[in-house]
Amino acid sequence: MIEAQNLNKYFGENHVLKNIDCGFEKGKTNLIIGQSGSGKTVLMKCLVGLFEVDSGVVSYDGRNFTTMNFEQRKFLRQEIGMLFQGGALFDSLNVEENVMFPLNMFTGKSIEEKKERVNFVLRRVNLNNVNGLMPSELSGGMRKRVAIARAIAMNPSYLFCDEPNSGLDPQTSGVIDHLIREITQEYNITTIVNTHDMNSVLSIGDSVAFIYKGELWWKGDKEEILHTENQELNDFVFGTELTSRLKK
Amino acid sequence: MLKVFETIGNYVLLMQKVFTRPQKRQIFYNQLFVEFQSLGLESLGIVAFISMFMGAVVAIQTAYNIDSPLIPMSMVGFTVRQSVILEFSPTVIGLILAGKVGSRIASEIGTMRVTEQIDALEIMGVNSANFLIFPKIIASMLINPLLIVISMWLGILGGWLAMIATGLVSTNDYVHGLRIDFEGYTIFYALTKTIVFAFIISSISGFFGYETRGGALEVGQASTRAVVVSSIVIILFNLVLTQLLLT
Repeated sequence: MIEAQNLNKYFGENHVLKNIDCGFEKGKTNLIIGQSGSGKTVLMKCLVGLFEVDSGVVSYDGRNFTTMNFEQRKFLRQEIGMLFQGGALFDSLNVEENVMFPLNMFTGKSIEEKKERVNFVLRRVNLNNVNGLMPSELSGGMRKRVAIARAIAMNPSYLFCDEPNSGLDPQTSGVIDHLIREITQEYNITTIVNTHDMNSVLSIGDSVAFIYKGELWWKGDKEEILHTENQELNDFVFGTELTSRLKK
Repeated sequence: MLKVFETIGNYVLLMQKVFTRPQKRQIFYNQLFVEFQSLGLESLGIVAFISMFMGAVVAIQTAYNIDSPLIPMSMVGFTVRQSVILEFSPTVIGLILAGKVGSRIASEIGTMRVTEQIDALEIMGVNSANFLIFPKIIASMLINPLLIVISMWLGILGGWLAMIATGLVSTNDYVHGLRIDFEGYTIFYALTKTIVFAFIISSISGFFGYETRGGALEVGQASTRAVVVSSIVIILFNLVLTQLLLT
């Protein structure tokens, strides 16, 4: 379980995160939703340590991440996988080398063992015969799947996904969403997904946290979100033509 | 002015992160060889081309300006040797490498920053500054002296070919001039400057690339800033090193 307690983050005078208190459970896909600029990406970056919080505590299964030094964080980070918005695959490495990268850096496995693991995780994300392709030769959906494969190569306990569906068509988005959910349940991972895609919310949102103007405005699950009386959340959820028609 | 001090401070802090022990020695060696290729061997063509032609130009200009019968024509070989070894190869080629290699380093690392590849390294627990910049600095400091020695040789060769082609100076006079009062220390001086300039180019360019924030526009700006600042610092250190090593 990942817990955020009383998190505050400022950029200059701008108070971006305001007293965020939130828990993200193991074996569930925990979604953070909110409008662009609401602070959800900043929250995720604070949780993984890419931004330092100004006050508050982030803990991973009781381990206080906020007070850890670089070396301590280095060991914890080997338990973390992250899927970035654009995939963040290394341009100079092919698919196999990308997925093998964390194994090369942090394990003493033989090349055969590493290749076996790479092929296993690539098969797990439904990719075959792409080992030699460069990231520039992949479609958006394939890039995301390779990035997921790299994120799970080390058998992580925690998986972070920053807008996994951005730039993808609805069908491919669905494939990525279900892949994230399957992997979360299969390996009992604590998964946090940052999204503003309502399809994702309704299909994989075991737990949903709505961030509004830097505050945790609402928390519930994918069923409760449809019946909430919260005005700001309703405006967000039913803000599109499609969802507002469905509601009517 | 405050901004300048802040930038210098950030540069020093980044170098503290860069100069740590690589996390995996074998990966570091692999990267080092990749950098030898991309920063060194891929610059060989431009270095060779410019060196040959500059050597030829220095030789022709010197030969045409010797109009006193009291000055021997061997002075052409002497002038080419001195100008190529002392200044042209280490400094001018250093400035050219600041443009070619510096912009490459800054744009490569800057692009990795804006496409979140550096964040991906950090998330994995990799010291990204050390992983990305350290091999480039070491590779530059090892390969640039080799490039400069080749540049010196080709500059002198270019001068000789120009003299043969124009018939202004005989081979005997040219070679005699090359050997007059030769001091091995000048090579040491040139290579010392080269190593310092290699550090300046790779570390400053790495810094500007690493500090990039934003998108494609900012990557371009970082690349330009890396070349400009590296060139200015090279010129300043050229003066300092010349004063320290030749007086």
